[in-house]
Amino acid sequence: MAQDLAHRRDVLTGLTATAAGLWVPQTVQAQPKPKRGGRIRVACMSSSMADTLDPAKGALSTDYVRHYMFYSGLTQYDKGLTYKLALAQSIETKDRITWVVTLRKGVTFHDGAKLKPADVVYSINRHKNPDTSSKVKPIAEQFAQVSQTGPSEVTIRLTTANADLPMILAASHFVIIKAGTTDFKTAIGTGPYRCTQFKPGVRTVGTRFDNYWKSGLPYLDEIELIGIPDEVSRVNALLSGDVQLISPINPRSTRRVRGSNKHTVVETKSSLYTDLIVRQDAFGGEDFTLGMKHLLNRQLISKALFRGFATIGNDQPIAPNNPYYLEGLPQRTFDPDKARFHFKRAGIGRTRVPLFASPAAEGSVEMAMIMQEAGANLGLNLEVKRVPADGYWSHHWMKHPLTFGNINPRPTADLVFSLFFKSDAPWNESGWKNAKFDQLLTLARAEADEAKRKSLYGDMQTIVHEKGGVGIPVFISLVDAYDKRLMGYEPVPIGGLMGYGFAEYVWWGA
Amino acid sequence: MRVGLLILKRLGAALLTLWLVSLLVFILSSMLPGDAASEMLGQSATPEAVAALRLKLGLDQPLYVRYFQWLFGLMSGHPGQSMISGLPVAEIIGTRLPKSLFLAGLTALVSVPVALTIGIVSAIYRNSFIDRALNVMTLSMVAVPEFLVATLSVLVFAVSLRWLPALTIIPDVADPASIARAYALPVMTLCFVVVAQMARMTRAAVADQLDQPYVEMAVLKGLTKPRVILRHVLPNATGPIVNAVALSLSYLLGGVVIVETVFNYPGVASLIVDAVTSRDMPLLLACTMVFCTAYMVLVLIADVAAILANPRLARS
Repeated sequence: MAQDLAHRRDVLTGLTATAAGLWVPQTVQAQPKPKRGGRIRVACMSSSMADTLDPAKGALSTDYVRHYMFYSGLTQYDKGLTYKLALAQSIETKDRITWVVTLRKGVTFHDGAKLKPADVVYSINRHKNPDTSSKVKPIAEQFAQVSQTGPSEVTIRLTTANADLPMILAASHFVIIKAGTTDFKTAIGTGPYRCTQFKPGVRTVGTRFDNYWKSGLPYLDEIELIGIPDEVSRVNALLSGDVQLISPINPRSTRRVRGSNKHTVVETKSSLYTDLIVRQDAFGGEDFTLGMKHLLNRQLISKALFRGFATIGNDQPIAPNNPYYLEGLPQRTFDPDKARFHFKRAGIGRTRVPLFASPAAEGSVEMAMIMQEAGANLGLNLEVKRVPADGYWSHHWMKHPLTFGNINPRPTADLVFSLFFKSDAPWNESGWKNAKFDQLLTLARAEADEAKRKSLYGDMQTIVHEKGGVGIPVFISLVDAYDKRLMGYEPVPIGGLMGYGFAEYVWWGA
Repeated sequence: MRVGLLILKRLGAALLTLWLVSLLVFILSSMLPGDAASEMLGQSATPEAVAALRLKLGLDQPLYVRYFQWLFGLMSGHPGQSMISGLPVAEIIGTRLPKSLFLAGLTALVSVPVALTIGIVSAIYRNSFIDRALNVMTLSMVAVPEFLVATLSVLVFAVSLRWLPALTIIPDVADPASIARAYALPVMTLCFVVVAQMARMTRAAVADQLDQPYVEMAVLKGLTKPRVILRHVLPNATGPIVNAVALSLSYLLGGVVIVETVFNYPGVASLIVDAVTSRDMPLLLACTMVFCTAYMVLVLIADVAAILANPRLARS
């Protein structure tokens, strides 16, 4: 299936040489025709000395945006959690272990050099080197060998079969840099913009790259990327006209933005979630966990915390917009009676139960308060411990019986399950162990038949929903806001800012 | 020669203070939970990854070794590299400090004359309606938290009226008009904070002098009011006034985190906050040294100015 999809996409890419408009997503075509020119300033949430041009070190939204501006990957995310081919002209495999990537011809870097297989080999292999300090080292471990096998061909051999490879390669970390690059003071990539200024913590400026491999794209002449950590300031900057696009905004600010007739908001349904983590070795395991899950008032959390900019969750991490989402899993609801029943069976009584929450995990403090209130009515002695964001991940997350996590959207079902639910995963948040689940995970990863794959992922969702140690009340939507003169903007569920890749698609309609 | 000696003594004390401060900051910040490695990896930290990064950053070495490495580096003119960005600390501060100095300078340029005028006027017309009005005004200015002033001024002048930008983006071309536009709001906000203190200090110092017998004598001799104030009272009141000014200015360098946050201004105050949250020790220490030095230099200048302005002190 993976390669079928790739071929179909390939036909499309062949056409784009003459019709640039094809790259513009369907729904946009009703809008005025894209036009060249213009300059926008974009404000993200974070910008600090840790800002980087090294794709391997990308940690925050500004990094991802920056990397997609200056570099291109072998593949790219598309709407609906699928992918399309980018620097790769085709990706083929028979066994999902050995993958043959044929590179697009005539792609040049910003300095004029031609894209070569050696660049691809270097860009992928460096993630395995500990000196790179790559954020995706655990994922890169599955690349057994990456080597040049032809004048424009690279072969990737995996340690075990993984049908998701093209999706994985679309991540901003796996974009292609020039072979041998170790210095990231500037960025030499094949992306839609050239890096003309990069000051960590201050600004990044990208100027239109005229030899971009998608002819006709991008539209804007220049994009300036800054960080405004304070949400109120970010919204003010948009409303005052100092910036034209901001991400994210608090759902509470949507009214303010919509109140201005010059601006609008866009909701990206995502699989971002803040979850209640119940360590399975504490407070008597299964019954206590189920009790806690029934104590989550999902409707209230969605309404009060996120103003409805959320999708109700069902204690499993696959959101409804994922192609592998299992329809028909019974929805767990806020049910004090069931909760009481399970707490009684767990024999928790009036034991003081500390619940750690922190602003580091979005919305967790409010969720904890809601749970405390609901618990108090059942005689459960929940004690909310609010701890600062600083140091939360290293000192509290998963380290106490009850904590909150905050899991960013992952492109594939396999990734989120492997990273956070596999028995031996370092971030197996609740420390649950389920042999059947682990088995299904390996099977699904290698499965070529989409229908079979979907049913395997369905089984896994059922297991996590029933037996898992985390409560996922809602999937939090990402809300961006922008100046209405900015055109061609639409959600890509991998993240805000069109899955961080808005730079090559948007145009200025003024 | 009193001044020369004072400067020498102060320099000696300054070095000792700097050393003690660096030691204190180093020890205190190493007591914070986590280190640069764990903060950098954040949520995605695994024990192996943290250990590898620690080794790379040299965080595996004992505390005292790291401290002395830093200290010797500093003494030989190398304040080290930022652990987070890998850039030399000197370069990072070098790009941020001029911006903070510029903002502080502009604010001083506006706030000092305003504050002195308010202080002197209210001292001269003590207990009159003007004095009380100015008093209430300055007190309410200092009582309103600066984030409120900053946010409200953005809402009014940037969002509603659209007269001024909500962000302070330093213009590439430095013509006075665009600089005035860019800096109007942050400078106004900071003036709210510092004017009150300086004005009240000035009023107290001038009022104190006005009660002295020599002023009565001067008035009896028939000197005009401006002459009494400017030639006789002010030189004597200079000490406390310049001290108040110096304190306010040192605040303008390192204490303006809120203004930098609201207006997204890339100064050193937010840099030090960044350095603390990311546990970037070399950057944190360097920032502290810069603030500490600036503070001591300002206080020293204030003392010297007080001595020079006051003929009695200068001669003795």
